[in-house]
Amino acid sequence: MVLQSSLKNCLQLSCILRTPKAGFRHTTSGGLIIQSVSNDVYENLAVEDWIHDHMNLENRQVLFLWRNSPAVVIGRHQNPWQECNLKLLRQKNIKLARRRSGGGTVYHDLGNINLTFFTNRKKYERMENLKLVVKALKALRPWLDVHVTDRYDILLDRQYKISGTAAKLGRTTAYHHCTLLCNADKFVLSSVLKSPYKGIKSNATPSVPASVKNLFEEDPSLTCEMLLDAIAEEYATQHQVDHHVTLINPADETLLPGINNKTKELRTWEWVYGKTPKFSVNTCFNMVYKDSVLDVKVGMDVKHGRIEVCNINLPDQWLPPALCSELVKSLTGSKFCPNETTTLATTLLRVCPQDDELHSRWNLLCENMVMLM
Amino acid sequence: VCTHRVRSCSSIRFIKSKYVCVFDKSALKFSHQQRLFRTSAVSCGQIVQFKLSDIGEGITEVTVKEWYIKEGDSVSQFDSICEVLSDKASVTITSRYDGIIRKLHYNLDEIAYVGKPLVDIEIDASKGVAPEEDVVETPPMSHEEHTHQEIKGHKTLATPAVRRLAMENNIKLSEVVGTGKDNRILKEDILNYLAKQTGAILPPSPKAEIIPPSPKSETVPAALKDKAHKIPLLVSRPIVFSGKDKTEPITGFQKAMVKTMSVALKIPHFGYCDEIDLTQLVQLREELKPLAQVRGVKLSFTPFFIKAASLGLLQYPILNASLDESCQNVTYKASHNIGVAMDTEQGLIVPNVKNVQVRSVFEIASELNRLQSLGSAGQLGTNDLTGGTFTLSNIGTLGGTYTKPVILPPEVAIGALGKIQVLPRFNGKGEVYKAQIMNVSWSADHRIIDGATMARFSNLWKSYLENPASMLLDLK
Repeated sequence: MVLQSSLKNCLQLSCILRTPKAGFRHTTSGGLIIQSVSNDVYENLAVEDWIHDHMNLENRQVLFLWRNSPAVVIGRHQNPWQECNLKLLRQKNIKLARRRSGGGTVYHDLGNINLTFFTNRKKYERMENLKLVVKALKALRPWLDVHVTDRYDILLDRQYKISGTAAKLGRTTAYHHCTLLCNADKFVLSSVLKSPYKGIKSNATPSVPASVKNLFEEDPSLTCEMLLDAIAEEYATQHQVDHHVTLINPADETLLPGINNKTKELRTWEWVYGKTPKFSVNTCFNMVYKDSVLDVKVGMDVKHGRIEVCNINLPDQWLPPALCSELVKSLTGSKFCPNETTTLATTLLRVCPQDDELHSRWNLLCENMVMLM
Repeated sequence: VCTHRVRSCSSIRFIKSKYVCVFDKSALKFSHQQRLFRTSAVSCGQIVQFKLSDIGEGITEVTVKEWYIKEGDSVSQFDSICEVLSDKASVTITSRYDGIIRKLHYNLDEIAYVGKPLVDIEIDASKGVAPEEDVVETPPMSHEEHTHQEIKGHKTLATPAVRRLAMENNIKLSEVVGTGKDNRILKEDILNYLAKQTGAILPPSPKAEIIPPSPKSETVPAALKDKAHKIPLLVSRPIVFSGKDKTEPITGFQKAMVKTMSVALKIPHFGYCDEIDLTQLVQLREELKPLAQVRGVKLSFTPFFIKAASLGLLQYPILNASLDESCQNVTYKASHNIGVAMDTEQGLIVPNVKNVQVRSVFEIASELNRLQSLGSAGQLGTNDLTGGTFTLSNIGTLGGTYTKPVILPPEVAIGALGKIQVLPRFNGKGEVYKAQIMNVSWSADHRIIDGATMARFSNLWKSYLENPASMLLDLK
C-alpha cells in the first residue's frame, strides 16, 4: 500500500473537479481511494457531503475510509431522544451527529471503521459493496464466518452484527456507507444507545437494536489498519486501479472549497436537534420534597427541536399558579434542551418573590424537567 | 399581445432580453415580488404531474419525510423538492421542471409510490416540458446557447440571470465554485471570480444578492457595455440590494432575559468608576500560578477580585443585600455568593461561587474552573445558577475600559472590570513607571445604597488589590 502526500492528492482531486472527462482518457474504470486524516465526525461527514455535491462521478467511483473519535451518529430522520442516552453523551463528552443518509443510530469510536462507496446514481448497488467487504475480510482471514443479510447488515457467526448500512441518493450521485466493528468499546456502545426517555411518540425512523461483536474478539491479531488495508486492496482489484490510498485533510479549504461551511452546518443545533421530526412527550415523574412525594405530569409537543406546546400538571398550589404559567409560557418556543431550560428557569427566578422555599421548589421542578431532555 | 408579455414577465427568470427594454422596472419588480404574489397571479400555464422516478434496487414505495417546498412556491429545475426514505436510503428528489408547485400529493410520513404523481407543477406553456431523462442535460437552444453552460453530467446550477452574467464575462460556470443552496452558483460567486481575475476589490456585502438591472434599461452607449467585460460590473451599474428583514420571535432564555432586564431597569442605578493599579497583583499571580498549576488549578485574576470583594462586603454588608418588592424591607444576606458573568454561545449566564466568605483564593479558583468548564459545555445546573448575592463581570477579557453594568435582580450591586492595560503612571518618588491599570465600573441600587458607601467599598477593594499583602491581615 502506498500512501501519497497531500500535495499530490490536491492535484488529483482538483483535476477530478475541474477537468471534463476527456482529460481522463488515460485512466481506466476509475476508482479512487481516499482516507481522512481527521477523527472529527463532523469533518468527515462534511467530506461525504462535499464529494456528493462536487465530484463528477460519471466515470469514476470513490471509496472513502474514515474513523471517528467517540460519537453517536443518528440517521437523517431520527429522533436523538429516542435513540440514545443524551445525558450520558454529555457527561462522557461523546459527540452527537446527524448524517444525511437514512438508516439507524450507530456508535463510532476509533475501533470502528467507516467506508463510503461513491458512485453515480445509476451504479448505486449496496449488495455489491458489502460483498466486496466480505470478500476482503475472507481474504484476510478465510475462516471468518461473515455474510451479508438482505437487510444489508454484515453478520459474524450468523448472529452478531458487525456492520450496519445507510445510503443517500441525490440527483446524479449516490453514496452507500457502512460501519465495521473491529475493536470498539462495546460497553460504552450499549450504554449510550439505550434511551432513558419515556413517553415519546414520534414518526421518526426507529433503530433496530442488534447484538454486536467486534472482529477483534474473533481474532485478537486484527487491527483497524489491517481491515482498512484489506478493503482498499479488494476495491483496487475490482476497479482495476493501483492500491494507492490518498490521504485528505477535511479542513483543507483549498483542496475542498466550501467544506468548512458544510462542517459548520453539521455542527449546528438546528441540524443535529432541529431536524428531528415532530414528536410528543407525555410522561410523569415523582419529586421528593421534604417529607412528601409529588406526582407531576408533563406533556410537550416538540417541533424542529423546539417546544411548541407545554403542559405541566402539579399538585394544587405547590407552586403559585402565576409562576407555573410563567414557566410554561417561557418554555413554549424555547429549545427542548437542558441548558436552555436551566438558564431560562434560573433567569426567571430573579424576578420572582425572594422566598427560599419557593426557590427550592422551583429548582426541584426545573431539575426534573431538565431530566426529560 | 400585451397580456402575453405580462405573463412571460411574471413567470420565472427566463426573461428574454428583447422584451425587457419595455418592462425594465416592472420586470424587476415582478421578479422581486414573484414569490410573494405568486398564488394570486393568473395561472395560464400547463399543469404537469411530476412523478416519483425510479429509486433503483427494485424499490416501489418510499416514505415522504420532509418537504422542501409548499404549494404556491416557485421552483427551478434541479431544486430539491422533498426527501424520501426507503429502507435506510435517504433520497433527495429534485425538480425536473421550472414552474410553480400547485399540489403536493402526499403528507409527511405517507407512503409514496414510484411512478405515481408526487407533485403537480405548473409550467409556463411557452417553455414546453423538459425531457423525462434527467441525467443527461438537454442540448442548449440556439439563441441561448450560453445559457446552459454545462459539462455533460457535471452539475453547474445557476439561474438564467447568473448564466447570462457568466456569459457576458466569458466565464465558464464550471470554473466557478458555487456557494448558494445545493452549491448553486450565485451572482456573488461570479463577481468574486471576476475580482480575482481583475484584481478589483468588491464592496463587502456578504449576504446581499446583487441584481444588476437588465442591460437594455441603461441609457449608456454600447461602448461602455464593452468596457463591462473588463471592469467588474459593480463599477458601471447601480446596485439594487435585495436583502430582506427577518423577524423572529424571542424565545426561551432570551425571553427570560428580557423580563429580567425590564425589572432591572426599574432600579435607580448609581454608577461609580475608578482605576486600579494591579502591578503588584500581576507579579503575585505570576508567582502563584505555577503553585496552583501543580495542584491542578488554573489561576486567573478573578479569584483575587472575588475574594477582595467578599472582604469588602464584610465591611459594607448593604452591598450584599436584597430589597423586597414593596421596598419596605432590606435583607442582609449572610452568604457571599458572588456571581461571575460568563459569555457563552447562548448569551450571558451568571453562575456563582457560593460562600466566598469562608473560601480561600485557591478554593475560589478551583470552583471557578469547575463552573467555567461546565459553562462552556452547557451543563451548568440550577444550583450553580441561582442564589447569587453580588456579581462581578469581567468584560475586560473582551475589551473596553469603563462600562455601565446593569444590576441583576434581586441583587443591589454589580461591578464590571475593564481590560488590564500597561500605562505610564507616577510612583511615590515622582518617577514614571510601567503600571498595569484596570478600570472598574460599579453600579448600585441608589434606593438603599448611597454614593459614599459605594465609594468606600470601592476604595477598600482597590486597596486590597493594589497592595495584596494587606489582604493577609483581613483574610478569614
